[in-house]
Amino acid sequence: MPGDVLAAVWPLSAYEVEALQLSLKVSIVAVICSLPAGVFFGWLLARRQFPGKTLLDGLIHLPLVLPPVVIGYLLLLLMGRRGLVGQWLDEQLGISFSFNWQGAALAAAVVSFPLLVRAIRQAIEAVDQKLELAARTLGASPLKVFGTITLPLILPGILTGAVLAFARSLGEFGATITFVSNIPGETRTLPLAMFSFIETPGAETQAARLCVIAVILALMSLMASEVLSHRARKRLL
Amino acid sequence: MKQHSSTAEATNQPVSSFLCLKLQQQLGVLRLQAELELPLKGVTAIFGRSGAGKSSLINLVAGLSRPDCGLISLGERILFDSERGINLKPEQRRVGYVFQDARLFPHYRVKGNLLYGCGGRLSESFMQVVKLLGLESLLGRFPATLSGGERQRVAIGRALLSQPDILLMDEPLASLDLPRKQELLPWLEQLVAQIEIPVLYVSHSLDEIVQLADHLVVLADGQVQAAGALADVWHSEAMRPWVPVQQHSVLLRATLSHQHADYPLSCLKLAGQSLWIQAIDRPAGTVVRLRVHASDISISCEKPEKTSIRNLLKVRIEHLQPLPDQQRVVVHTRLDGQLLLAHITRWAADELALLPGAEVWLQLKCLSLAGQDWVVPHPSANAQCG
Repeated sequence: MPGDVLAAVWPLSAYEVEALQLSLKVSIVAVICSLPAGVFFGWLLARRQFPGKTLLDGLIHLPLVLPPVVIGYLLLLLMGRRGLVGQWLDEQLGISFSFNWQGAALAAAVVSFPLLVRAIRQAIEAVDQKLELAARTLGASPLKVFGTITLPLILPGILTGAVLAFARSLGEFGATITFVSNIPGETRTLPLAMFSFIETPGAETQAARLCVIAVILALMSLMASEVLSHRARKRLL
Repeated sequence: MKQHSSTAEATNQPVSSFLCLKLQQQLGVLRLQAELELPLKGVTAIFGRSGAGKSSLINLVAGLSRPDCGLISLGERILFDSERGINLKPEQRRVGYVFQDARLFPHYRVKGNLLYGCGGRLSESFMQVVKLLGLESLLGRFPATLSGGERQRVAIGRALLSQPDILLMDEPLASLDLPRKQELLPWLEQLVAQIEIPVLYVSHSLDEIVQLADHLVVLADGQVQAAGALADVWHSEAMRPWVPVQQHSVLLRATLSHQHADYPLSCLKLAGQSLWIQAIDRPAGTVVRLRVHASDISISCEKPEKTSIRNLLKVRIEHLQPLPDQQRVVVHTRLDGQLLLAHITRWAADELALLPGAEVWLQLKCLSLAGQDWVVPHPSANAQCG
């Protein structure tokens, strides 16, 4: 875990480690679970014309412009234990998003989804469709073409989108605290922990330490994204 | 290959040996309309100005676009039939397509590109194609590091290795500069001589067509102007706009007989008569194609004695036709079925009293047959045009 590495050079309190690990877990799960949907909607918006495309585009981008607290509230209505979908999921499949880390991951996924879709859509739009046609004439089915031509070519875009979404998930605050509250060890991610320290008189040092951790984490992920996409792109030029 | 004029003629022919195209497609303002039966043998060039519908035509064969109505069949396989609702997907058509811009996959090495269409199997044919196109040293490289000519060779190899029933080439040389063209053309010549599948070759370069094609389809504004064996179409009215009167030329087929004992010359036989050209390194019996310009031929009524010109052909005059400049006439002559044209002045024609049916001697300058003006068509052409 990067948290352990960090702890070796800069001893962290158990509280900080807990918040850091939770943040990483929530963000990683959020990105991995939303990735297939991100690729699908990115492809849909880049390649297909259908009625209601503008509306879908708007809906996907909504979290980018709505106040996160509104997202959290809507999630509560939809996915909470008494929510429209949440109640059904709970009763039928035993899946619950209320007041647990899975709920925090869902909030993070929703809020970071537009960034993921945008990056993937742009990458797909940049793929030369003539290459895909060439692959078709070589006997490849559309699915094989997607797997062997389109997907490898948009990999840099997917990486960029994933890292952006990851960074956005790390920073997610408003939707999380509204949807799943601020429960230590369950939903108290880095930003929420920091918020708690700021609210507590005399805990300025702890808040500042968390601030440094957050900055380092964000910077590391952005740099990783650059290196990865540069490496993937270099082969193609 | 002919534009079938009657349906009776079409039904009499076995459907299995032709690529049949009977289709219509509206492409913006261009109305593409074709009714063709192309032989499944040798190279068929599709010639015309840009925008004439050449590439659109082979895109229809490949299934990359869809005709408004019609029929496309390759041998016994129906690729498209609007009446029966058949429209095979591109991946089901077994066509090899070489695009003008190569379209190599940038994330695969040359080897990966080559193997893409054959399921990744390293077969004997893989080694053959690699050898045929000289790709041995390129296998480990990425397309971005290849020259234009190398990319086209890889693209050709990739198309061939997908084991297609027909090879479609869309101006494979057009995007290359002259040195690259000259580098790739010999590969192409060798290729079309060795592969057994038919080739549809789109081009707007007459030089390429003369060098590679056995059959020719001329397209203009989406309509077929002429179609048939290369030499026939070459001399037809349809080619007039592209070959100005001053550059009138004919294509002759001759057989390499033997080499000169003392001089670097090769003897060709044409209807029992001899022609000498600069020595070519081919076995005796090879059929070569000569491009002879009408302005390089002069006429004599008697057999010239003591002349420096080595190449004399005894021919019969078919008819005379004045050139638009009113100064010269074109003398149409025929030798064993092959057309020969000579440009002479009207004065000379009057003084020699040339008349249709008369036997005359044509004098051809030796050098006009040499160099880039001779080419070797590939073996399958021999049976068809000979």
